[in-house]
Amino acid sequence: MSSTTNSPTHHTSTIGAIGAPSRRNTELALLVFAVAIPVFAYANVGLAINDQVPAGLLSYGLGLGLLAGVAHLAVRKFAPYADPLLLPLATLLNGLGLVAIWRLDQSKLLQAIKVAGTTAPRQLMYTAMGIALFVVVLIFLKDHRVLQRYTYISMVGALILLLLPLVPGLGANIYGAKIWIHIGSFSIQPGEFAKIVLAVFFAGYLMVKRDALALASRRFMGLYLPRGRDLGPILVVWAISILILVFETDLGTSLLFFGMFVIMLYVATERTSWIVFGLLMSAVGAVGVASFEPHIQTRVQAWLNPMREYKLSRTVTHDGIVHSDQLQQALWAFGSGGTLGSGWGQGHSDLIKFAANSDFILATFGEELGLAGIMAILLIYGLIVERGVRTALAARDPFGKLLAVGLSGAFALQVFVVAGGVMGLIPLTGMTMPFLAYGGSSVIANWALVGILLRISDTARRPAPAPATNPDAEMTQVVRP
Amino acid sequence: MSELTLTVMRLGFLAVLWLFVIVAVQVIRSDLFGTRVTQRASQRGARRDGGRPQPQRQAPPQQQRSQPGGGRRGRNTPTKLVVTEGTLAGTTVALQGQTITLGRAHDSTIVLDDDYASSRHARIYPDRDGQWIVEDLGSTNGTYLDRTRLTTPTPIPLGTPIRIGKTVIELRK
Repeated sequence: MSSTTNSPTHHTSTIGAIGAPSRRNTELALLVFAVAIPVFAYANVGLAINDQVPAGLLSYGLGLGLLAGVAHLAVRKFAPYADPLLLPLATLLNGLGLVAIWRLDQSKLLQAIKVAGTTAPRQLMYTAMGIALFVVVLIFLKDHRVLQRYTYISMVGALILLLLPLVPGLGANIYGAKIWIHIGSFSIQPGEFAKIVLAVFFAGYLMVKRDALALASRRFMGLYLPRGRDLGPILVVWAISILILVFETDLGTSLLFFGMFVIMLYVATERTSWIVFGLLMSAVGAVGVASFEPHIQTRVQAWLNPMREYKLSRTVTHDGIVHSDQLQQALWAFGSGGTLGSGWGQGHSDLIKFAANSDFILATFGEELGLAGIMAILLIYGLIVERGVRTALAARDPFGKLLAVGLSGAFALQVFVVAGGVMGLIPLTGMTMPFLAYGGSSVIANWALVGILLRISDTARRPAPAPATNPDAEMTQVVRP
Repeated sequence: MSELTLTVMRLGFLAVLWLFVIVAVQVIRSDLFGTRVTQRASQRGARRDGGRPQPQRQAPPQQQRSQPGGGRRGRNTPTKLVVTEGTLAGTTVALQGQTITLGRAHDSTIVLDDDYASSRHARIYPDRDGQWIVEDLGSTNGTYLDRTRLTTPTPIPLGTPIRIGKTVIELRK
């Protein structure tokens, strides 16, 4: 397949492209595996809790298998050269999330406070909606470069999505964070979708401006200082994320957007100074806001001293602050899981009570699968991010590169922010673990994200068309001297 | 359910989960697609190929499928373009009737890492008769065909050096 040189010249290497196989059969095999693992887990939970294989095993397994099959057929038809790993990895996480949610549904404690009970069927429905959106993305987004045309529309769209929760009558303040909107009986987290739209804007914007940002700078103490006017956009994004933090008291989303922007800026300009600036600015912003925002202060207090919060939540306090024992309970759950875990259905992570099946779902995995299970799950997240970055490397156009990096960077940041919060590494923020946690917006938005990544990787890996027809050769009249 | 069964299931599940991760990593390993570099000389080539993935990925597989004696190719038709000097020295690109662009732009067929090259410096393409033509695309420092600076698209004789900045390429059979 590759041509070789017979000439005796020194230092000769021949470059030949290996025709990328479509690898759809690999994907199918992995997908079967990825559906079988949650089915095993589901049977395991039933055996552990009720001493019998759960009645819904067949319908549940078929449901998940059917959804995965539809997604696979859509990829086979509309993105035949797409990455073979992204879909199975996402399916496995989604399936494991469903099992954990169903397992928490069985908890009497959570049923009593109406946190769980019938959440697993709903999550299965959300998953179906997510897969539907995934298929829609693959069908209608024929080429990701189309999104480039909507750079500034995306900016406006993202801002509208972010501001929606603040609209009176539409937004809802749930447990201190204003990140939901209510439409009928549904509550939606627009921030999850804004993540994708904003990545489109950043990619389109940075593609145009990256030369100005990278080259027009002065060197000062080993750092490249950008010009003032080039600093403008980063300051605007910083201000917006701070405003989100202040008005919606949502530390996670704010961190996610700013972090995503800094990652994309770094990738676009290859200037380390942007990372330094970004870290400084986010630190200044977070500390500044935390110094006067009571909701954030409670989160920081709970992070610094979870045991004190636990004790305060057990006694009657009159300081007007809601004390929560969640973080301490989550830490105990991780601790009692140990290395190999207590086994499916045999933990007590339901003691976390509120948000046990959404923000804190990782604690259930930590207790019942132990360190070994958590590591596997974090590795699966890591593999998804790796495939995203690999897609960016393989993409032939700068917009696709930036978009893939932005989306996988946002995904990685979200995993870090949630896992770090639940494990007590950073203050807890109200975000959901992608694919695992209970929550419609999160699952649907993340399936759309995977769909876009698959589209970019399909474009990147598709073999180039045969160079037989060369318009230059036909059209140009060459005047020979 | 007995304690033993549950323990077996617990450990079995972890094993299956890790098996999936390992299989996925194996798939990644077998999926390192895109380029194959046949190494002729060790050190310099390895460093170069690690540093410049772009030109490799630009080359679609069709270009490399050599079709000996295809069509109206005469005896003196070049079959490959060889970089003889510069950072990319030793690289060959098979000529299959496609236009080859040279420059610092990332989407060029041969991406030059050369301060004296423009982003879209020159292109090499076959005309209707299969004669290969080099054309300067308005570069700052010019393209030289054997010592003369190009002003018009010019046919390339076999083995004549084309100089762009510090890079020298030539067409060979």
